[in-house]
Amino acid sequence: MSGLATIAKRLLEALPTLFGVILVTFMLTRALPGDPAVFYAGPAADAESIAQVRHAMGLDRSLPVQFASYVEGLAAGDWGVSLSTGRDVTEELSRRLPASLELTLLGLLIAIVVAIPLGVLAATRPNSWVDHICRIIVTTGVSMPVFFTGLLLVYVFYYLLGWAPAPLGRLDFMHIAPDRVTGLYLVDSLIAGDVEVFRASLAHIFLPALTLGIFALAPIARMTRAAMLDVLSSDYIRTARASGLATRTVLFTYALRNALLSVLTTLGMVFSFLLGANVLVEKVFSWPGIGSFAIDALVASDYAAVQGFVLAMALLFVTLNLTIDLLYAVIDPRIRAAS
Amino acid sequence: MDRRTFLKNSALIAGAAGSLPLFKFMPAHAAGNRETLIVVTGSGPNSMDIHREGTNRPSYAIAVNLYDRLLSYGTKTLDDGTVSYDYETLVPEVAESWDVADDKMSAVFHLRKTATFWDGKPITAHDVKWSFDRAVTVGGFPTVQMKAGSLEKPEQFEVIDEHTFKINFLRPSKLTLPDLAVPVPIIINSEVAKAHATDDDPWATDYLHRTPAGGGAYKLLRWDPGEQTVYERYDDWQNGEVPALKRVIIREVPSASTRRALIERGDTDISLDLPPKEAADLHASDKINVAGVPIENCVNALGLNVEMAPFDDKRVRQAIAYALPYEKIFDAAAYRRGRMMHGGQSFTPASADWPQPFPYDTDLDKARALLEEAGHGNGFEVPLSINLGLAQWTEPTALLIQESLGKIGIRTPIDKIPGANWRTQALVEKSLAMHLKNFGGWLNYPDYYFFWAYVKGHLFNSMNYSNPTIDTLVDETLHIPVDDPAYVPNIKQMIAIAFEDVPLIPLWQPNLDVAMQKNVQGYEYWFHRQLDCRPLKKV
Repeated sequence: MSGLATIAKRLLEALPTLFGVILVTFMLTRALPGDPAVFYAGPAADAESIAQVRHAMGLDRSLPVQFASYVEGLAAGDWGVSLSTGRDVTEELSRRLPASLELTLLGLLIAIVVAIPLGVLAATRPNSWVDHICRIIVTTGVSMPVFFTGLLLVYVFYYLLGWAPAPLGRLDFMHIAPDRVTGLYLVDSLIAGDVEVFRASLAHIFLPALTLGIFALAPIARMTRAAMLDVLSSDYIRTARASGLATRTVLFTYALRNALLSVLTTLGMVFSFLLGANVLVEKVFSWPGIGSFAIDALVASDYAAVQGFVLAMALLFVTLNLTIDLLYAVIDPRIRAAS
Repeated sequence: MDRRTFLKNSALIAGAAGSLPLFKFMPAHAAGNRETLIVVTGSGPNSMDIHREGTNRPSYAIAVNLYDRLLSYGTKTLDDGTVSYDYETLVPEVAESWDVADDKMSAVFHLRKTATFWDGKPITAHDVKWSFDRAVTVGGFPTVQMKAGSLEKPEQFEVIDEHTFKINFLRPSKLTLPDLAVPVPIIINSEVAKAHATDDDPWATDYLHRTPAGGGAYKLLRWDPGEQTVYERYDDWQNGEVPALKRVIIREVPSASTRRALIERGDTDISLDLPPKEAADLHASDKINVAGVPIENCVNALGLNVEMAPFDDKRVRQAIAYALPYEKIFDAAAYRRGRMMHGGQSFTPASADWPQPFPYDTDLDKARALLEEAGHGNGFEVPLSINLGLAQWTEPTALLIQESLGKIGIRTPIDKIPGANWRTQALVEKSLAMHLKNFGGWLNYPDYYFFWAYVKGHLFNSMNYSNPTIDTLVDETLHIPVDDPAYVPNIKQMIAIAFEDVPLIPLWQPNLDVAMQKNVQGYEYWFHRQLDCRPLKKV
């Protein structure tokens, strides 16, 4: 089967999942206690104004009618209007999702760059001091709550040392956001050729990304270590060694490539929980991401926004799983052969 | 992440924020430029239109700074030197003068002839009428607020000529003119608005939600919801003294400890939404000015639902009022930022001031005796409900109350309710037995407070309290002027009943705390609790 056909088939298979997500989210938001009409009628509303608001929001219609009009809207690309911000949910998400993705991806990158070598190092010298140090680092990273790491980094690098810029979000007052291409400031500023904005964005994103990275070290490092240990004790590695191949070749060409399979699976999971952990980092660093938007919407019973967020996440994960499966095929020739 | 984990985590954040030792001070180098003010705040506006449903509290600042009203309030200097608005004096804004008819049934406003909106169009009586018609018609909060000033129908508003506007009163009321100076009755550029109105949306709510169209002292330069709002001075502003600051940048910084670090490091000029602990620490540090003014007409209080046994018994309510650890609460939840509301001298109020200390203090023996008398000597169990949106003060307060009531045999498991549910359960269904609440009225009259909080069926009477005498007194007093001979005795009688019946036990009057660098001057406290940027300057 060709690659394109695989992708098409997988996307088709995702449709029932997505419909399920839409239905369940719709029901769940409605099942939440709390009445959005009361909330949005404002601080001095009476029964009459609450009824007006309820009507304006369409919440006086029956659930099936509300669901039908929601699905109809979705089919037409209309995700509804967020009540708390009064803007289209798609507009909100497209403004905030890149901020979250940029942060998460960079956090993940930092984690990978540190954790994989750390894991390999620990696996080649099990139970040595390197292994112990690795264990201590990752345990500390995963034991400290994200917001605490965040506050600590702000305290040390901004408050005490003054090295980091003020935790005021993606850019400070002096810089203007680069023209939007991808929505990722690091990428867009390079496309625009604006080195100064790139540096400023990097300075602003570094601490929050590091916070996320520290949190994500543990699973990646531990998984790399375990997978490497497993692979290194296998027959083909012994054969390779016995054939007199260089240690580097054995380690990186044969062992690591095979170990990466399980690391890749872990990466998918890590990515998803980093998106979740984002919320707390966003609060500490005033990052205008999707997590704080979703939480605010949830607390305010902002139905359209919550539904939109969950749907966007579902789409993201469908894509993510697909990408990982495709990457398997790149790494593992057996999968290519099988298909 | 689900709601519960989030709330747990936010509580943890708050805890961690409180325990971080932020003790190092740096010289203020904030915002180098003297004409630009940088403000950090916990949450920002969600609309540019205060008339829209669902508009949040920070959006009131837009109405204050970007729009004008007919009238405004004067100012006065408080004992500690802080300047506050003065609810007793009204001053011109768009109206340069006004006359109330001899029969007190109408008022005529003379508008400034030279004042224009941002686009250069003169501000006329037609704009005022369109804006007021809108406020009384769109429903929801603006309509309710207009109604508080007996402004209910478009027919009340009359255009005499281009620069003369008349309001016909439904009844003579002391609340009508003050209600014209609250954030709601803004004057919108009606021609711009009408150009964007549609058949479905005759009041241009979609347009004005995103784009302000006014003539206020500041124009909107930028609005990135969830990130920042930037105002720029309207240099031709005629309705008051042109502001000293050319530009105001308001950044949203959700974490209170980050907001504190920013002001201590000198990276911001003003830090808003400070929890009492941060305000107390900054105040003690002496490097930063903290203006703390007790919020008028507002108390943090414990409500007892009189329709739920055993709170239907006055003795039980009084017993609880004697069993609360007021001092400890004021120390641990308010960090002594505010005014204490316990330990009053007598059950007969000496003045008509509101709020004033209630004649209760912590006295467990008295509490036990009252419970015994009411037949609850062995105590009982009742949940204590708190609003998680206000966890900063409700959580520590609830724990202290739980401990203290435990000593007289009342067991109070704490029931934490998230924001959206709170409004439904506490205010609309009024189904919470014992709950911590907070209400403040914009119009600073005791009878206005009693109208909302002590009259049966009204929104903030979450205690379901009902007393025919109070109802009559509120009816009689609400609209009469304060110099009416019946006013003071009526108010005192209401307060005496509130003392005696205690459906609502005030704990303390909270502060509005604003931290600013030493070079920021001109700060004024306003009842709407938003930052009025117009009088501010940097020296």
